[in-house]
Amino acid sequence: MTKKIIIGLAGICLLVWGASWGTAEAKKAGVKTIKIGVAGPMKTTAGENHWRGALIAQDEINKAGGVLVGVVKVPIELVKVDTNEELSVSDAVLAIEKAASEVHFFVGTKRTESALAMQDAAMRYKKIFIGCGAAHPELCVRVAKNYDKFKYWFRVMINSSFMGKVLFLHLADVGKIVREELGIERPKVAVLADKLIWADPIVMAVEKNAPKMGLEVVGSWRPSANASDVTAELAAIKDSGAHIIFQAVSGPMGVALGKQWGELEIPAALIGGSSYAVVKTFWEATGGHGIYVTTQTGLGPAKISEKSIPFWDTFVKRFDDFPGYTAVTYDAVYILKEAIERAGTLDPDALVPELEKTDYTGAYGRMVFYPPDHQFAHDLRFGPGYNTWVINQWREGGTVRVVWPYGWEGITYEGSDKCMLPPWMVEYWKKKR
Amino acid sequence: MQVLIIGIVIGTVYAALALGFSLIWGAARIINLAYTSFYMLAAYFFYVFCSLLGLNILLAIPLSILITTFIGVATYKFCLERIRAHEFVVILVSIALAFFFEECVLSVFGYHYHRVPPLVHGYQELFGVRVLNQYFLAFGFCIALILGLWLFLSKSRTGIAIRATSQDKEVVNLMGISEKKVSLVAIFIGIGFVTISSVVVSPIYVVEPSMWMHPIIMILAIVVLGGLGSLKGSLIAAYILAFSEVAVVNWLPMGDFIKGAVSLLVMVIVLSLRPEGIFGVAFEEERL
Repeated sequence: MTKKIIIGLAGICLLVWGASWGTAEAKKAGVKTIKIGVAGPMKTTAGENHWRGALIAQDEINKAGGVLVGVVKVPIELVKVDTNEELSVSDAVLAIEKAASEVHFFVGTKRTESALAMQDAAMRYKKIFIGCGAAHPELCVRVAKNYDKFKYWFRVMINSSFMGKVLFLHLADVGKIVREELGIERPKVAVLADKLIWADPIVMAVEKNAPKMGLEVVGSWRPSANASDVTAELAAIKDSGAHIIFQAVSGPMGVALGKQWGELEIPAALIGGSSYAVVKTFWEATGGHGIYVTTQTGLGPAKISEKSIPFWDTFVKRFDDFPGYTAVTYDAVYILKEAIERAGTLDPDALVPELEKTDYTGAYGRMVFYPPDHQFAHDLRFGPGYNTWVINQWREGGTVRVVWPYGWEGITYEGSDKCMLPPWMVEYWKKKR
Repeated sequence: MQVLIIGIVIGTVYAALALGFSLIWGAARIINLAYTSFYMLAAYFFYVFCSLLGLNILLAIPLSILITTFIGVATYKFCLERIRAHEFVVILVSIALAFFFEECVLSVFGYHYHRVPPLVHGYQELFGVRVLNQYFLAFGFCIALILGLWLFLSKSRTGIAIRATSQDKEVVNLMGISEKKVSLVAIFIGIGFVTISSVVVSPIYVVEPSMWMHPIIMILAIVVLGGLGSLKGSLIAAYILAFSEVAVVNWLPMGDFIKGAVSLLVMVIVLSLRPEGIFGVAFEEERL
């Protein structure tokens, strides 16, 4: 009996000690809340998505009690960091510098040109920064080259090299559809990419590899990312006889392109990636003329994982919009939560190895980071069984369907559909024959 | 052929935007860099009335034009008129006003992209080149505006007074014409010009807060190239720059992003050969 009492008391002491240790850990870090800076261009669609994705994660986590730091559950508090990064690199850096003393972590960023400078600033303060929008490989190549300085940087979206690969695979699919449905042996491709560095490797790769895929590149147009009129470009592309317009567009030019392409019924499928085409405002801004445009993004209304559809539905219900790829902040916050709970602390140096061990299946698919000795250290692992991203296509009534992967390496997510060619294009080329 | 067709339609739009600016400079001697922000504001009013409030398009158009023109004239009256003798200060204040208007729009609508409905739908194919019917409408409207302005300036008493003011303010005052009133009329017409152009042209593009920036750069290039204050010069310069842009897109697609810079280069080349612009005067004294 006495033995049992002693063991019981020892157990209680252990629990009390554990709780006080956890509280002490939390106190040591001065933590009443875990502050996560959501850094993005908040007046734009990308920034809104950064914020909205993180907001859903915050609400879910806090509703469940918070994040376990040691043995104490601490709530998350999001801090909006408006970087204005699409217009000004210096604004973006200042926003990070200003917020660095206030927040424990950063998630977000969209434009690579600014993200590189924001990354520098965050690393100076040893702030863990999970990239959720800027795609250039350099952001993670820096981690591989100078690990000690850049190890606090991680990214939960595929880099533009892999994006290029996905776009290629989609291009090959569409080329095949053009061959099958229109009987054109060697479809012609016009490349239209905005003049930003993230698109450079994609344009070069298309020009180099498209001929190997049985496609002929008729030219590459590189308008400004902010161009508001692409009438001249579309006239030139139509004149070139292109069957496919391969777009790699991250600026607002993508909206003008979708609108004018549909209004003019340019007889070429408009496929690829357009940042502004991933959300509902694209449909409104194009007046529905963006129908059949395909665009690369992180998520679609298909079962990429068990969490994908529930997140998609929650997002649509709450914000009356589709989640864009920058709303991957949702998964980023959960990844941080899990790493903190494993490490039992908010110390960035203790968290880095825990983040490196991440194997998390989120709404956007499986999240595993490349190891520090990989050329893309801390970048999101791409490939079958890992993360693939998707290509969505706009359909009737402003809905979207996932059209890639569609059989690639045996992957077809439940809810996907075969890519459709615009009917006016089919009609035009059939008449030509 | 497509360089010619697309060059003509884009050039006409540029001309319509530049003529009002040129008129304001000619009569009021004001380089109003907030000029194209009224182009942006008119597009937003059009969007609000038509798309958000669901007003009939025929009601939304005059309302947008009237409200924006009123804002434009009020801006001149209260912000620019008293400082117009100091040209450099006018430039600074007007650019500040332009950013102020952009920030106002940004805070209300955010950095989102909107569409205003076209007055006419569909497109026509000319020699294999597809051109939106709205572009044709804009083309017709712009031609009508240009002809109307030409008739007004050459036939009406007020128009002749505006021309006289643009040539010599002092003499105009001595002749008993209120130079201040004439300038105000010129401002009214100039701003009216850009707001009318806006409701006709904006359905072709996407409505967004920074839509004023590219046009103001093009307009500055056009009026400098054509000769400051010369309406004829602005008209010709608008087509020169539009053709330069379209030519770059067609013949140098990889350099597409520098089409604006190339058209500015054309301006630099012409100005280096003829510093006063195509139809400008070398010295102010020549106006006497």
